[in-house]
Amino acid sequence: MYKIPVNHLTQLFSLISGDRALYAPIEKNGQVRFGRWSESEKVSLDKLNTIRSAKDFFFPQSENLVAFKTEGKKITIIENRDDSEAFILFGVRACDAASFDILDRVFLSEPVDTYYKARRDNGIVITLACSEPEETCFCNVFGIDAANPAGDIATWIVDDMLYWKAVTAKGDAFTETVKGLIEKAGSFENLFEAAGSPEEEKLKKYKENVKKIMDSLPLHDLSLEGFNGEALNDKFNSPKWKDLSEACLGCGTCTFVCPTCQCYDIRDYDTGHGIQRFRCWDSCMYSDFTKMAHGNPRTSQLERFRQRFMHKLIYFPANNDGVYSCVGCGRCIAGCPVSMNIVKVVKAMGVDKNV
Amino acid sequence: MQRIFGLIKDKAEKLLAGGTVNRIIGWTGGEFFYDPTPAVFKSKEELEGLVYNSFCASNLSKYLINESKKDGKILALLKPCDTYGFNQLVKEHRINKDNVYVLGIECSGMIDINKIRDLGIKGITGISEEDDSLVIQTIYGEKSCRRSDVLLEKCLCCKGKQHMAYDELVCADKPTDGSCQDTLEASAKPSESTTDRFEMVKKLEAMSPEERYSFWRDELSKCIRCNACRNICPSCSCVKCVFDNDASGIASKANTDAFEENLFHIIRAFHVAGRCTDCGECSRVCPQHIPLHLLNRKIIKDINELYGEYQAGKDAESRGPLTDFAMDDPEPGIVAERGGDH
Repeated sequence: MYKIPVNHLTQLFSLISGDRALYAPIEKNGQVRFGRWSESEKVSLDKLNTIRSAKDFFFPQSENLVAFKTEGKKITIIENRDDSEAFILFGVRACDAASFDILDRVFLSEPVDTYYKARRDNGIVITLACSEPEETCFCNVFGIDAANPAGDIATWIVDDMLYWKAVTAKGDAFTETVKGLIEKAGSFENLFEAAGSPEEEKLKKYKENVKKIMDSLPLHDLSLEGFNGEALNDKFNSPKWKDLSEACLGCGTCTFVCPTCQCYDIRDYDTGHGIQRFRCWDSCMYSDFTKMAHGNPRTSQLERFRQRFMHKLIYFPANNDGVYSCVGCGRCIAGCPVSMNIVKVVKAMGVDKNV
Repeated sequence: MQRIFGLIKDKAEKLLAGGTVNRIIGWTGGEFFYDPTPAVFKSKEELEGLVYNSFCASNLSKYLINESKKDGKILALLKPCDTYGFNQLVKEHRINKDNVYVLGIECSGMIDINKIRDLGIKGITGISEEDDSLVIQTIYGEKSCRRSDVLLEKCLCCKGKQHMAYDELVCADKPTDGSCQDTLEASAKPSESTTDRFEMVKKLEAMSPEERYSFWRDELSKCIRCNACRNICPSCSCVKCVFDNDASGIASKANTDAFEENLFHIIRAFHVAGRCTDCGECSRVCPQHIPLHLLNRKIIKDINELYGEYQAGKDAESRGPLTDFAMDDPEPGIVAERGGDH
C-alpha cells in the first residue's frame, strides 16, 4: 500500500496523465460529472454519485459499428469504429465498479463484443472508497462493500491522506509505472510513500466505521427474498404492476443514469453517400423498444415498466448465477421525475417480512 | 402543511363518499419524505396513502388527459401553478373537463431536495419546517438551512397563489367557502418573488451571438435524449411524438451530429410556443440539469413584446396570440427590425 497527501493529488494526476487521458469526477457549476482531467478542472473527492455513471467509458451512449458504401451492385464494407485510446478512470465508487462486472457478463461472454472489450482492455480503473454514504445507498444489499471497492487499484481517503492499493495485475503494473514516473520527475518527495502497519490499522478502523454507517442506512436491509428465476411467472403476472407503473412517464432517465442498464439499439444512418451503422443506448421505457417487423411486443407502459424490473431482478439473475442487475447506487431514486424506483418496486413486490 | 393536508384529505374522503367523484389523483408517500409519486386513489382505504408536503412538485394536470377519458369523475388536487396547465389542456380539448373535479390546494412553494444536497448536506433522513427555517435530520447529525434558499427554481418566479380553475378550494386559514380565494390572494407569495423571471433571458439577449452560442452548446450538449422534459411537459400532449416515430426518419435515439440535441430542444420550444405556461417542469426533471425553461421564457418574452402581455393557461377560452389574427398584428418584419441592421 502507498500513501499520497490529498493536497498533492494534482501533482500525481499531472504525472499520470502525461501519456494517456485521465478521467475523474469533475465539479462544474455545482454538478459533478466524469470528465477529462486537466489542471484547471476541480476534482470532486466528496460527491458519491456522478450524474451519469462510469459505464459511459466502456459502453458509450452511441458509437459507430461499421459503414457501407454502395456503387452499383458492389457493397464496400468500411471499418469505422471509434479508436479506443489508453485511459485512466479515477474516482469510481464501489457500486459503479461492481457494475463493470455485470456489463462484462453481457459483453464479454461469447460472442465477445470487441468494441466493449477494446475499451475494457485500454482502461485502468482507480476506485475510491465511500466515507459518507448517502441515505439512498444500498450497495450492501448486493454484497458490495462501499469501503472496499474493486477496480484495478483501490484508494481510500483518511485524514487528508489518500491510500493506494493495487487490486489486479494491471493495477500492480500501473503502480510500478507511477513509481517510475515519480522517480524520473525527482522533485516530489512524500508523493508516493509506502504505507506501513500503523496506516493499515488506521484504514481498518475507517472501514469499520463505514460499515457501521452502512448498517444504519434506511435501505440497508432491503430484502430480495423471492426474486429469482422460480418466481418468474408469479412476479410477471402480479396485479401490482398496474399501480406501480401508473405514474411512469415513459422517459428514459432511469435507464440512462443506471450503471447496469445495457440494452442498445442498432440503426443505419443514411449519409446520402452510404450507410453508417451505429449503436446507441436504448430504453425499455420507450415505445419502440425491441420493435420488430411484426410490431412491438410491449404495447403498454405497464409492460415496458415491468420489463425493466423483471430484467434486473428476475431474468438477469436467472441467467447469471443469481447476480442481480442492480448495484444499489441510488441514481434512479434521485433521478426519476415521478420518484418511482427499484426500491419501491422491490418493497411492493417482495416477500413481506412482517407477515 | 400538516393542517392543510388534513383538510385536503377530509375533503377528498367526503367527495368520494358522497359520490361526487369515483377516484382521486394526488400523491402517494415514498421511501423517504421527499419522494412522493403521483397516484390514483379509488377508496377510503387507499386514501390512507395520500400525502401532501413540500415535495409534491409534480404537476398532475397532464395525467388528466388519460384520466378524464375514463368513466366517472376524478378529483384532481391542483396547486395554483398546476391550474395553468389544466386550463391550457382544456382549451386544447385534451382534457374532458366534465370528468374532472378540481380541488384547488394551497402551496407555499416546493422544496428542491437537490438544492439541499448541493449545500453539502448528506444522508438526509428527515426534515422539519418552521416558516423560513428548515431543520434537516441526517445520518451525520442535524443541519439547517433557509427554506427560501432551497426552493425549486420554478417557485422562485411564483405566479401567485390564485387558482386559475377550480371547483372548490381548500385553504388552511379559513373554512372552505367562497372567501378562500380572497384569503389566498391576500397572503404573501411563497418567497421574495421579486425575482424577474426574464432576468436570465435578458442576460442571454445581451450576449454576443458567439457567447450565446457557447452558453447553449455547453448546456444542450449535456442532453442524453431521455425525453423526461418532453414527457413531463403539459404542453407536449401529442399522442405520438414525431421523435418517437420510426417512419419519420428523425426518430433520433442517437445524435447524428453534435448539433442535433440543440435542434430537438429548439423544435420542442417552438412547438409549445404560446401554449407553454412556464410551469418549469422541464428543468425540474432534467437529469442533466439543463435550464430548458430559458428557451420557453425567451419565446414568452418575445410574445409579450410583440402581442402584448400574455399568460398561457390563465383561462380556458381565449385565443392564444399565435392562434389568433388581428388586422393590427405586428408584421414579421418587426422581427428583423428588432435584430438591428444586418
